[in-house]
Amino acid sequence: MIAIVDYGAGNIFSVKNALDYLELDNKLTSDKNEIEKADAVILPGVGAFPNAMKMLDDSGLTATIKEQAQKKPLLGICLGMQMLFEKSYEFEECDGLGLIKGKVDRIIAPGFIIPHMGWNKLEKLNDCPLMNDLGDDEYVYFVHSYQAFCDDSSISAYSEYPDRIPALVTDGKYVFGAQFHPEKSGKTGLQILKNFGGLIK
Amino acid sequence: MLAKRIIPCLDVRNGKVVKGVNFEGIRDVGDPVECAEEYNRQGADEIVFYDITASYEGRGVFLDVVRETAKKVFVPLTVGGGISTVDDIRETLRAGADKVSVNSQAVKNPQLIRDGADIFGSQCICVGIDAKKIADHRWTVFINGGRVDMNLDLVEWVKRIEQLGAGEICLNSIDADGTKAGFDIEMLKAVCDSVSIPVIASGGAGKIDDFSEVFEKTGATAALAASLFHFRELTVGEVKEYCRSNGIIMR
Repeated sequence: MIAIVDYGAGNIFSVKNALDYLELDNKLTSDKNEIEKADAVILPGVGAFPNAMKMLDDSGLTATIKEQAQKKPLLGICLGMQMLFEKSYEFEECDGLGLIKGKVDRIIAPGFIIPHMGWNKLEKLNDCPLMNDLGDDEYVYFVHSYQAFCDDSSISAYSEYPDRIPALVTDGKYVFGAQFHPEKSGKTGLQILKNFGGLIK
Repeated sequence: MLAKRIIPCLDVRNGKVVKGVNFEGIRDVGDPVECAEEYNRQGADEIVFYDITASYEGRGVFLDVVRETAKKVFVPLTVGGGISTVDDIRETLRAGADKVSVNSQAVKNPQLIRDGADIFGSQCICVGIDAKKIADHRWTVFINGGRVDMNLDLVEWVKRIEQLGAGEICLNSIDADGTKAGFDIEMLKAVCDSVSIPVIASGGAGKIDDFSEVFEKTGATAALAASLFHFRELTVGEVKEYCRSNGIIMR
């Protein structure tokens, strides 16, 4: 069972709809025990970083997520992906989960529309099991104004706007993050979620 | 880089897809969930549902359509029509919409744009506009399905919308709508040059090169059409393939 962490942030129903469609057993939950029992965890998120971290703290789940990330697959989506990093500078300096080295700050793209919203191409940088069975011309759907800044070694794929925006990141073990919305990225996104489901042992 | 988007629009009344020509002579063409699934198969980058139901009961049926579609179609869904309050926005997003489109109500009550953006984020507030040319290089905004002229200057209105926090504009040309003579390039250019939020071109698409033209000649980031796709004169896939062959980035 995949636990979709329900801590009050984000359009969790579309993530659930996508997993249901793929027939991947899942549950929306804010229960620590359920998350500990789950085979994998998805951390969604929409909104502002400090507020989302506070909601996760208030749900008493921050330590649980950090712990579980050491032993089972964890996928952060959009803001949930940004929360995997050490720090964010959205509105104010704020600690993240620190599961992947790096920080989150405003997208720098002079002359470009912010938010970065729409379909952008995935450019592969490092092998990642979530990209299994994807072609070379895959587009995914983004909506965000902040981005991760991290080592290339953590980036599985990026998109150009006009500089590199980390799109799919990993700690190389159990932790994965998608800046885009796989649940809104058509067939490509569904394949990525299916691949994530396939990581369950 | 970001791909240009092709967006089919489904006008829904009492749970059925209909398409008006110049807002009149509405025809019934089918099940909205099936239509959305078909557009998804054709490669639609986003799907718009527009509720033209006038009754409270019809609203419930309409939101069921959104709910069912969100279980089967995994591209962004935008929902417009009948949204007057923050609670309406909340209810629509909870039904599975990723964005709402506000039109007449935004003109009557611009604060709705600001409140919606503050509470739910700019990215989910699209402002729909029906506009018509009144003089050389001048357009005004109409409401209630293009029937009432608000004597509101289009360029002034789009700048105000941006300041209020709208994330996107869907600009429909009343002059072009239903004519199949192409998008209203002049009006789109005037709007795209005035704001830095994304603009969706709507109204007038009749043939395949209308789509490449609007992307080549204006700053529109997306093009929307309804009847053209409904009556299968063109598929979304054909349009995207044609644009791609003209050097336009498409998913």
